[in-house]
Amino acid sequence: MLNAKSAPTKARDNLIAQKVDTLPPSGIRKFFDLLSSVEDVISLGIGEPDFVTPWHIREAGTYSLEKGYTMYTSNSGMPELRQELASYLELRYRISYHPEHEILITTGSSEGLDIALRAIINPGDEVIIPNPCYVAYPADIILAGGVPILVPTNEENNFVVRATDIEARVTKQTKAILIGYPANPTGAVMSKKEADAIAGLAKKYDLLVISDEIYARLVYGTEHICFPSLPGMMERTILISGFSKSHAMTGWRIGYVAAERRFIQALTKIHQYTMLSAPTMAQMAAIEALRNGESEVEKMVQEYNRRRRLMVKRLNEIGLPCFEPKGAFYAFPSIKATGMNSEEFAEKLLLEEKVAVVPGTAFGPYGEGFVRCCYATSLPDIEEALRRMDRFIRKSKLNTA
Amino acid sequence: MKEIFEILEQNARATPEQISTMVDKPVSEVEKIIKQAEKDGTILKYKTIINWPKLGEVDVRALIEVRVTPQRGVGFDAIAERIYQFPEVHSAYLVSGTYDLAILVRGKTMQEISSFVAEKLAPLEQVQSTVTHFLLKRYKENGETFHLPKEINKRLPITP
Repeated sequence: MLNAKSAPTKARDNLIAQKVDTLPPSGIRKFFDLLSSVEDVISLGIGEPDFVTPWHIREAGTYSLEKGYTMYTSNSGMPELRQELASYLELRYRISYHPEHEILITTGSSEGLDIALRAIINPGDEVIIPNPCYVAYPADIILAGGVPILVPTNEENNFVVRATDIEARVTKQTKAILIGYPANPTGAVMSKKEADAIAGLAKKYDLLVISDEIYARLVYGTEHICFPSLPGMMERTILISGFSKSHAMTGWRIGYVAAERRFIQALTKIHQYTMLSAPTMAQMAAIEALRNGESEVEKMVQEYNRRRRLMVKRLNEIGLPCFEPKGAFYAFPSIKATGMNSEEFAEKLLLEEKVAVVPGTAFGPYGEGFVRCCYATSLPDIEEALRRMDRFIRKSKLNTA
Repeated sequence: MKEIFEILEQNARATPEQISTMVDKPVSEVEKIIKQAEKDGTILKYKTIINWPKLGEVDVRALIEVRVTPQRGVGFDAIAERIYQFPEVHSAYLVSGTYDLAILVRGKTMQEISSFVAEKLAPLEQVQSTVTHFLLKRYKENGETFHLPKEINKRLPITP
């Protein structure tokens, strides 16, 4: 009888898979709960465009519904969309992927990242990631059965990972390097020289590279380096991107993966058993985005650039030194001079001045001493937020003095 | 330089300091460009878009199609000028198609606009005919939408 009783208890103890159970919750989540308790907050904590998807793209989505495009598409995605993407990548980065075999349409780039990792990782394989980094990188690696190996990046290197730092962490178990430039949360972009060095390393140690280029279109005064376009890199790179940031389409959940056939075949296997196909309406909208969306993209980039300059200048003025972020829509100022740690700073700023920023530690241990401020918000809001931050810093200086 | 005007077109109250940061040029240079533009007529005027109905002030507007006889030497310009000088005329355009001038007229009442057409516009010698369309509802003007409630921010306050 005792046994009969204890058996179900034991089962309940491991109801949740161990790797999920031990997975730390997103640092952003914790902050979200605190934020919900404060009213009239100006949020610089949002990781998505403040623009609504351009009208012509929304209209294409609506039209597809009216026309009854409500069924599954092929697993790989609509042929027209893959064709448009192939031409787009060819035109923009001089890199040719076969639309039929080398492009997979995914439900947002998040799915692409997940299935790319799952497709290449054997249990215990190590994947090297620069840190601070996007919150999902380490989690996705762990869920795929791999081991994330964090490489610190810092302001001296403009938050771009150095090849030598990666090399120091390469082991027999290293399978891949996962990079995401332009970077969330730092706004860093990778130069040709830095990219070449990583490419050399990948060749030297026969490593795969997963390149998350979701922010590729949001660069300011510099050209984006598409990693697989580097010599010899196409055959060992899985390119992940999407429409969320470039075309302000976060809620549509539409992205893509481009890689050599052997990879796309493997990814498609997982995709067909899990997602089946990306939302049809979103695929129709994405076709329109690629065909006629260029001028809207440029308009948004120009607008982000104005806000970026304003935010970076003001952050430096109020005593939060900030390196120049040349991509994405984030500034990543140092808050070390305030004597507070990231979480303390973010929490106090929220409660005292009602401005939300994300503590750098939400993006990993090497984010300590920084906060992420997103400038994808209106100019008046940016100005007001920085006025409040200025007041906050002066107040805290008085208190410590 | 074009960018400075684009910013001002969106927000006439943007200060030279703000603009200077946004376009990454020294304040003195921005000030100089703006002053020059004000002088040479690149910047015509700084105006404000007022949502009058919100104040209960409802004006009456009409689009009038005007067919005119062009004049030797000056074409449509002389008659256009005679028409657009009237303060009731808010905008005036020469257009292609079945009529020549498209003008937008503003008045306090329908009566006011009717009498403008009947007493001032139609009797002009070169005006052959007019067709008046009273505006029933304003949806969008100068790139700004009316009537719709201001778009509320639907974004979550914090996202990765």
